[in-house]
Amino acid sequence: MTVPAQENAEAQPSRVGAFIRNRIRNIAPFATLIILLAFFSIASPSFFTVDNGVNVLTQVSVTGVMAVGLTFVILCAEIDLSVAAIANATGIAVAYFTLQESYVNIPNIPLPGFAAIGLALLVCAILGLVNAFGTTIISIPSFIMTLAMMQIGAGISALLVRGQIAYAVPDLVTTLGSGAVGGVPWIVIVLGVFLVVGHVVLTYTRFGRYVYMVGGNREAAEYSGVNVKVVLGAVMVISAVCSGVAGMIGVAHFGSAQQNEFDGYLLDAIAAVVVGGTSLFGGRGGIGNTIIGLCILGVLNNGLDHVQIDSFLKILIRGIILLVALIINVYVQNLRDRERG
Amino acid sequence: MDAEAEAALREGAPRLHMVGISKSFGGVAALRDVDFLLRAGEIHGLVGENGAGKSTLMKIIAGVHAGYRGRMLIDGREAQFRSARDALAAGIGMVHQELSVVPDLTVAENVFLGKQPTKRGMIDWPGMVAGARQQLASLGIDVDPRAPMGSLSIGLQQLIELARVLFSGARIIILDEPTSALSPPEVQRLFEVLRGVRASGRSIVFISHFLDDILSVSDTVTIFRNGRRVVTEAVGKIDKGWVIKRMIGSGHEGLEESYTGAITLGSRPSAPVMLSARELSASRAFADVSLDARSGEILGVYGFMGCGQIELARTLFGKLKPTTGSLSIDGQVRRFHNTNQARRAGIAFVPESRRSMLFYQEPVYKNVSISVLGRISRLWLRPAAERDIARRHVAALNIRPPDVAALLAGLSGGNQQKVALAKWLTFMPKVLILSEPTRGMDVGAKDDVVKIVRGLRDQGLAVIVVSAEPETVLSLADRIVVMKKGRIVREFAGETISKDRLLEAA
Repeated sequence: MTVPAQENAEAQPSRVGAFIRNRIRNIAPFATLIILLAFFSIASPSFFTVDNGVNVLTQVSVTGVMAVGLTFVILCAEIDLSVAAIANATGIAVAYFTLQESYVNIPNIPLPGFAAIGLALLVCAILGLVNAFGTTIISIPSFIMTLAMMQIGAGISALLVRGQIAYAVPDLVTTLGSGAVGGVPWIVIVLGVFLVVGHVVLTYTRFGRYVYMVGGNREAAEYSGVNVKVVLGAVMVISAVCSGVAGMIGVAHFGSAQQNEFDGYLLDAIAAVVVGGTSLFGGRGGIGNTIIGLCILGVLNNGLDHVQIDSFLKILIRGIILLVALIINVYVQNLRDRERG
Repeated sequence: MDAEAEAALREGAPRLHMVGISKSFGGVAALRDVDFLLRAGEIHGLVGENGAGKSTLMKIIAGVHAGYRGRMLIDGREAQFRSARDALAAGIGMVHQELSVVPDLTVAENVFLGKQPTKRGMIDWPGMVAGARQQLASLGIDVDPRAPMGSLSIGLQQLIELARVLFSGARIIILDEPTSALSPPEVQRLFEVLRGVRASGRSIVFISHFLDDILSVSDTVTIFRNGRRVVTEAVGKIDKGWVIKRMIGSGHEGLEESYTGAITLGSRPSAPVMLSARELSASRAFADVSLDARSGEILGVYGFMGCGQIELARTLFGKLKPTTGSLSIDGQVRRFHNTNQARRAGIAFVPESRRSMLFYQEPVYKNVSISVLGRISRLWLRPAAERDIARRHVAALNIRPPDVAALLAGLSGGNQQKVALAKWLTFMPKVLILSEPTRGMDVGAKDDVVKIVRGLRDQGLAVIVVSAEPETVLSLADRIVVMKKGRIVREFAGETISKDRLLEAA
């Protein structure tokens, strides 16, 4: 039996309180970063220097490029577990199409550099399209679909290198992955470009708005005549292409292309997005949050090397930081739901 | 209780006696000083409009609402339930309109749900199957207990849920709208089972909008209106018209009933047809629906809850796919694969739940602009243009507060509903489909919506209003089709109609 709904708006909470509650998603990660920076600066004189700053940025570059694509996916309240595997497959693909030294015993297909890069990009785009097809047309949950793609990516990597290690990649990729200009590594510039483009697309384009709206309330987006499936498919492809680029420059950065090269990067990329404050439930957050998340991860990894600490403890500390970030993430979401309900 | 009605009741001993029950929600009275008497071996029909108080009373009996004023006696003993579990222990069972069966489990498992027989700590499968078979046979239900529940018809599933409630030892069984999803033979079968249950001395409360069903199976009928019990009467002496008259009252009980008088529908049979559905069906939800929506006309689609009208509206907007039939917009045959295609064909849709239409954590202007973004920008967003559009709507529809940057969550329900409507008004659609446009609104907000929708009609839009509330349809529509169990059973056009005729048709 329906009771007449209360038409009065709920009493407005105090402005300052409301401001903090609305911004806690952004404030908490930022405060974490400041605290970490302060702690490591005091604990180690070698930490807070320009050189080390560049180091930190270089160390997070590969993760960062992946995280840009992943930000799109998580904003839509989906997940992509295949980013590291697609990065690996793409990195190996670009090496596969490059002429290798004679001692590398892989039956590969050498092509000119631009063709190798083009084909590698095609590989990651196709893998992304398969993800998109599975999640939107077949309606496989993205968690499961990309889990399968993770295996497929690993399989492609294994088939192409057959347990060997390839070293040569096209010159352009080598430069971007391991070169520097005016003291700034190209890989950091690549990260910067991806972050800026990602931010611009999400904030200033129609597609970006659709990403936020689909993540905020998918049903409402559908009832507003938004083609939700196209948006979801597009973010899966964007994520895969970002991963592919990360894989190529990563291979150049590490100087080799081999199986399981990026295994740790899946967790790092997800952690960067989530620690930064982008909601796992979609619709809230963005590239700004991902930048903060990347900095937190980078500072933590780098800083722990600068202080005297049991190196085996580092892993545990990172796990705890991630857990705290998740608690904040979900807690903030519950706060919002309560305000709404 | 009036004495003569009391005397006319059947002879059974009082099983459940409620005295002076009052209940209010946040200052709004849902029940006022209600008496209710249920006898042993009686089927007691309960009727009243949405919001009349019958569900609230049943929820008190079933222990769902603990805080109320008044007394409840079961077999002459004072009872006070603090939870649904208390009520269950006292022998009160409820079968809800939405079935709570587990479709993937077998019939036997459903019958024994939560109390599977065990042997040495393991489930006794043969015992359970045999028990279920016997239990169902005693109710005259012949079904293989090993069949998965989901493979059975809705009618059978309902009977099996009823069997479970009976089997759990209930002596008082409350059935909420049991016939709404059933075909006529299934209804007859349910009634036979209910008569058998009655013969065993148990009592049944039968809540329904379908008055024919109530009158054909009940011994006694109690009518509710505005939280009060109007009358209790033995079924032999009354007919449908008598019941409807008492359900809707004489029209002096306040603003809510201002549409009970007769109104004349002014349809425009010569206006061009904007949307035309032919023999549209969607599996289970509705079948063989043909209707035309004309420009400059509001078409009302009325039917009880669950009669398929909501699914019909979604199908017209491309959210659901029809299994058969055809749809044409402005003379062109269309097949929508998604809502985007429907929108581009000129259809606008406001669903019954604001929650599934609006973005609560976004400002008003983003809520308004989402459905027109494609028209105002190709690649780059134009926030200034979005705000301008939103400002126009906020002013035209009198949305409070008049601030397009305000978060939607801070607006009242009525203003949120206006925002949901505003989404579609920047570029005029050809057809506007509104599902329950005034549900849960106060009178002022309802009047605003009525005015806005009439204004749109006068601009030449074809409007379709889908509702389970007769007032909504009567206050808006120029022409009304009535749906019953997924089919259109009646059309009212160019004639005088009143609420009782509408209810009679449904």
